[in-house]
Amino acid sequence: MREIITDVAIVGAGSAGLSAAYQAASAGADVLVIDENARPGGQLFKQIHKFFGSKEHQAGTRGFVIGEQLLDKVEKSGAKVLLDSLVYGLLPDKSMGVISKGQNYSVKAKKIIIASGAKENYMAFPGSTLPGVMGAGAAQTMINVNRVLPGERILMVGSGNVGLIVSYQLMQAGAEVVGIVEGAPKIGGYGVHAGKIRRAGVPIYVGHTVERVFGKEEVEGAQIVAVDDKWNKIPGTEKTFDVDTVCLAVGLNPMTELVWMAGCQFDFIPSFGGHVPLHDENMETTVEGVYVAGDVTGVEEASSAMEEGNMAGVAAAEALGYLEHEEAERRKQEIRGRLNTLRSGMFGAGRRSAKEKQLEDMKSYLAAHKRTAAEQKEEVFFA
Amino acid sequence: MRVIEHPILDELKDQKKVTLYYNGEPVEAVEGEPVAAALMNAGIRVFRTTAKRHEPRGIFCAIGRCTDCMMIVDGIPNTRTCVTPVRDGMRVEKQEGLAPLKPQA
Repeated sequence: MREIITDVAIVGAGSAGLSAAYQAASAGADVLVIDENARPGGQLFKQIHKFFGSKEHQAGTRGFVIGEQLLDKVEKSGAKVLLDSLVYGLLPDKSMGVISKGQNYSVKAKKIIIASGAKENYMAFPGSTLPGVMGAGAAQTMINVNRVLPGERILMVGSGNVGLIVSYQLMQAGAEVVGIVEGAPKIGGYGVHAGKIRRAGVPIYVGHTVERVFGKEEVEGAQIVAVDDKWNKIPGTEKTFDVDTVCLAVGLNPMTELVWMAGCQFDFIPSFGGHVPLHDENMETTVEGVYVAGDVTGVEEASSAMEEGNMAGVAAAEALGYLEHEEAERRKQEIRGRLNTLRSGMFGAGRRSAKEKQLEDMKSYLAAHKRTAAEQKEEVFFA
Repeated sequence: MRVIEHPILDELKDQKKVTLYYNGEPVEAVEGEPVAAALMNAGIRVFRTTAKRHEPRGIFCAIGRCTDCMMIVDGIPNTRTCVTPVRDGMRVEKQEGLAPLKPQA
């Protein structure tokens, strides 16, 4: 098996991974980013809406433009990006199994940053497996990246920001969105997105859920039903829609497989999508030298993923001696400030308290245990 | 259906058109796009059937995670079509259950 040796190996070339790569490589580290896709950028290139936040977060700039700027920075930083390459395993000695274009490699890095992102949640109802029922993010990829409409008449399930934004983008791509279904009694996402949807004439059915999707070989229609405050269906309130596609925007969950393999400790935080790795202010996990960044640490959004990536990249570069402590601290201070801004306000405060819990739990863990040196895990792993 | 004109993205043009064969029938595709996108554009939505109950499956996640879109591509079963780029002349077949692995030449 061929061996690749590098200072920093980063799994995932999305918002977090590329930001980490830029920081570590521009500090002087030898950086390799590995991604299984044919193109870098993760989910940034399907985000055609303008981002929110402050000026430092490029508010008002569309996601795919931010993606292009980030790629440009990474290229100039000297970080290498290995595409079409899957990290299938992480061994206790921190070597990674990578399959790239049919070749097997062992990648050995002093520091590993896992920025593997998240995947969409599923929702079960009669007919939920029929072709034509798909993730809202999947539909977004199809229209904005591949430029193919997944259907002509669409029912969206979920009124969080993903459901609202993708509904609008489906309309921009030429589809008809017949309605948005929301189980909770109120709309989940930002008022500004919901307002655009409503002005476009799309009804939002709050307090409703999907009863069933009709169809033999593929989606031919859908039925929704109102629910009471205990989430019981209210008979007689059914509404039927003539649709060919049903999109599910019912949250995401972190893709933590490699983090589990590394032997890291976890928290369970439902608002972050379930099991999330414990990490400190430097984004380092309970396993020494293994860092996490972005949605894998808890589902938030692209701007905070980029800042967590920046943090992990700076911290890894510092740990390797490429940044003086003072300079690293100055940069981290700036990043922390921007993260706190992102995690504030009506929608951000909940994420901030969840993140604080995660950091607190890490502190308690470290107070009771020493951080594991990765090598020591070997025995356990092969026992 | 192709999204040609778009209020935000550039108009779609200068794409290299190629042909893939779905169950032997020619389907027009754009070189390098995911096989799943080309089939979706052609109105094909059932990509495989399940092994036990023979239920239809199609695209769900479109990022290579869920494996609902697996088909037989150039003789190789269980190929995730949402992350497999189109090449000219590619042979794509609907997969019935767990298609047998054919010996590779």
